[in-house]
Amino acid sequence: MMVKRETIFGREAFPLVIFAVFALMPIAASFGAENYLLSMVTRVMIFAIAAISLDLILGYGALVSFGHAAFLGIGAYAVGMLSAHGVKDAAIQLPAALLASATFAAITGALSLRTKGVYFIMITLAFGQMAFFLAVSLASYGGDDGMTLSGRTQLFGTDWIKRDRHFYYVVLAFLIGTYALCRSLVVSRFGRVIRGARENPQRMAAIGYSLFRFQLAIYVIAGTLCGLAGFLLANQSEFISPAYMTWQRSGELIVMVVLGGLGSLHGAVIGAAAFLLLEEWLSGFTEHWKLIFGPFLVVVVLFARGGLMGALKRLGGRGA
Amino acid sequence: MVAKFTAHSKWKLPLLALALSSGVSGAALAQEKLKIGIMVTLSGPSAVLGGQARDGFNLAVKTLGGKLGGVDAEVIVVDDELKPDVAVGKVKGLLERDGVQFVVGPIFSNVLQAIHKPVTESNAFLISPNAGTSNFAGAQCHPNFYVTSYQNDQNHEVLGKYAQDKGFKKLFLMAPNYQAGKDSLAGVKRHFKGEVVSEVYTPLGQLDFSAELAQIAAAKPDAVFAFMPGGMGVNLVRQYRQAGLANIPFLSAFTVDESTLPAQKEAAVGFFGGANWAPDMKNPQTEAFVKAYEAAYNSVPGTYAMQAYDAALLIDAAVKSAGGKVSDKNAVRAGLKKADFKSLRGNFKMGINGYPIQDFYLVQAVARPDGKFATSLRDKVFSNYVDVYAKDCKPAN
Amino acid sequence: MSLTLLYVQTLNGLQLGVLLFLIAAGLTLVFGVMDFINLAHGVQYMIGAYLAAMFTAMTGNFFLGLALALPSALAFGLLLEFLVFRHLYDRDHLDQVLATFGIILALNQGVKVIWGAAPLSVPIPDSLTGAIVLMPGLLYPVWRLVIIGSGLAVAVLLGLLVTKTRIGMLVRAGATNAPMVSALGVDIGKLFMIVFGFGAMLAGFAGAMVAPILSVEPGMGDNLLILTFVVIVIGGIGSVRGAFIAAILVGLVDTLGRSFGPTLLKAVMDPAAASQTGRALAPMLIYILMAAVLFFRPAGLFPAKK
Repeated sequence: MMVKRETIFGREAFPLVIFAVFALMPIAASFGAENYLLSMVTRVMIFAIAAISLDLILGYGALVSFGHAAFLGIGAYAVGMLSAHGVKDAAIQLPAALLASATFAAITGALSLRTKGVYFIMITLAFGQMAFFLAVSLASYGGDDGMTLSGRTQLFGTDWIKRDRHFYYVVLAFLIGTYALCRSLVVSRFGRVIRGARENPQRMAAIGYSLFRFQLAIYVIAGTLCGLAGFLLANQSEFISPAYMTWQRSGELIVMVVLGGLGSLHGAVIGAAAFLLLEEWLSGFTEHWKLIFGPFLVVVVLFARGGLMGALKRLGGRGA
Repeated sequence: MVAKFTAHSKWKLPLLALALSSGVSGAALAQEKLKIGIMVTLSGPSAVLGGQARDGFNLAVKTLGGKLGGVDAEVIVVDDELKPDVAVGKVKGLLERDGVQFVVGPIFSNVLQAIHKPVTESNAFLISPNAGTSNFAGAQCHPNFYVTSYQNDQNHEVLGKYAQDKGFKKLFLMAPNYQAGKDSLAGVKRHFKGEVVSEVYTPLGQLDFSAELAQIAAAKPDAVFAFMPGGMGVNLVRQYRQAGLANIPFLSAFTVDESTLPAQKEAAVGFFGGANWAPDMKNPQTEAFVKAYEAAYNSVPGTYAMQAYDAALLIDAAVKSAGGKVSDKNAVRAGLKKADFKSLRGNFKMGINGYPIQDFYLVQAVARPDGKFATSLRDKVFSNYVDVYAKDCKPAN
Repeated sequence: MSLTLLYVQTLNGLQLGVLLFLIAAGLTLVFGVMDFINLAHGVQYMIGAYLAAMFTAMTGNFFLGLALALPSALAFGLLLEFLVFRHLYDRDHLDQVLATFGIILALNQGVKVIWGAAPLSVPIPDSLTGAIVLMPGLLYPVWRLVIIGSGLAVAVLLGLLVTKTRIGMLVRAGATNAPMVSALGVDIGKLFMIVFGFGAMLAGFAGAMVAPILSVEPGMGDNLLILTFVVIVIGGIGSVRGAFIAAILVGLVDTLGRSFGPTLLKAVMDPAAASQTGRALAPMLIYILMAAVLFFRPAGLFPAKK
């Protein structure tokens, strides 16, 4: 019994349950306010991708980036800027979004990784802020107001993902792909080096690993994946805005990851879902929902070590 | 009684709602009822603007006995948090979960850019009680989008025209560094032909203007024009007076109004603004409105409240002219275009692009005998003013 | 004329720097001594401003209001410490971030519930209104000079406190090596509480002092918090001296960059491009400064930890 509970919240079964719920959602949604529910869960999945990518560096590499939302914005602006110039196909937009994010990650990562700990947090914040102010100054792409897209990205010249349900499954596929990629990364030799660097950097350096190269590699991968989330976010809201890359948004991404539970990848998915759904749900009750949400976060920290995943695990353990 | 925040109580966590599938019966009933979603900014430093709009709208619904156009009206209020992407999600909730036929909002232009498409394409009507951007006034005008405020440039143009008429030679301009700020200064310069000694753009949200005030003191202009909404305006006005610059005429838009005056108090008295209305406008409907608003909310209504009140009257008139058939979109649309209601500002016509044709005034901040502060009408600067973008609007129907 | 402008802007930069220092001093100590990331420090600044506004309105006198606001801000800080922060000292940085983020949300909303969403204002004390002539053609508001003066006085006092007293010695030792101080038998819990309360009160003082020139509104501490973090990171975490120098540096760079940046750029490019670039660059300047400092000195200018 005990063993079975362990596996449910362990490596394989629980993520499968999450993805199965996501996959079946549209069927259930067709009985209710379909498009609204679909678009909300789509948003949850997009932020789950961003949160997973952050968990990769934050939970596994102990690199706390406070500028992660910049990648969200870069991915989104790649979509917006290209479609403003009439380039609407995913075959160009998607690689452009990923490449732009990867380039920004490579440059800022190489500079940021010279520092450690809190200094790393702050230098990533600095780069995030620079990206934000750059977007604000782009007057021809809406400046501070942002810009409405003429429509979603086309897939080989078709408007296939214009349908909310189609787009939903595209996002789900990307989410599962992101999860699978990150999962295989962290169990690989590469992932072990990264985790080793978190536990004992001196030792890893002593055995002859160039930590900088490994950390930069994972930082670029995380940034690129978050750029993917930005690409999807621009398509979901059909709108781009500097608001996607404020430092508050970077903070919210950290909150999602920590709320869900660090370093498990699916914890990031749970965290993103909990954060966005609670926000939506509570704000339906009262204008002052933050008065409830704020203390809730405090309570999670004080009484549920390891975030929501930690709490779930303990509940599972106790029940047995 | 108007439902303020109770509307969501029947709504469960989305995943649970699926299981209950209550949405089906709700959709069937929707046609017999008028549902209106108000989406304004109710959190953050600008919450007071959204609060005025919400209160103004609710007051109108209450005054009309809870019915608009003779149909029971249910009002659902949501906060856009001034985040465009959040607004998109929430507006889809209003449209699809709650099945609203009208969305009234938003306050800010960036939110308008984000929600315009989801609302107008879903065949609901979007009534903006404040934001009126140039793109939707011109080539991108839409038959489901109506504005009860103004085109964004117009209030700024009032001051440019006034400065020109007054014969000012040197003008110092300042605005926050974002799109509305740039549009603002462009609006002023459309009518002012004298010398612009300096155009200063400050970071959005900047609260200490000491650096800019020093520049003004050094430049010695005939007048200063500032566009500094919300908390920025509160700070600028007080610091302007503290810096001893009050002998230089202070012209402004959205900087000295009923949302900022409670904090600016004496510091703003005598400062000028441009507006389409002020609470001391001489007509019976305004007198009744101001009295009722002050009794209900204990603050002086500004244009945000007035425009939201008018938005409710506009919907009332449109539904009435459609014979209460909210589902007859074409009839409602015709009613919206006709805009057959008695606006608080008196003279009001709906332009071809869904933006108002109205008069604009120079207003001045005054201390009222009861100790409160308000704007007061001075000169009429424009009559029946059509915005400059309307000519680019080619209506589809 | 342009020289006068330079003087005025330098004073303005100094004033911003002093303000940042008042907030940063507490934050850098809390961070350095307790290794505690307190995002809610900006909220303390906001609470100070609101308390000053409330007490000034009640008593009709700013100084009475200030005298009441300071102990209240201290009490509020200690209450938060007792209820929440105390349980977080031995936790992960990220747990601290999450919890203090929750506190920001709750308190920003809380002040709105209590005092309303509209900005509040505090009148400048009558005796200190107006502006004085510092030199021919240079007029400067008295209250801003008061802020500069009181901020510098606090800096001097704090410097003495940290270098000359026993508690200051413990604080410095704590910033360098906290476990060692604890092992030597010092009641570290009490030391933490004192440092925390003191930091909260300084931030509250900053909030109260700017209440007469800035509007008091919900969330007013959020952006300042980020600037303060920039300051303590440039200065080196745990170093009061570093915080002071960095605060003045950030204040000057931000203010002077904003007013003279476009002018300087005009020397190297055409005016339209210069004003466009200047506008885009001005808000980024301090972040560029921070990134540059960290690039050359990855632990800030005056790192406390060896």
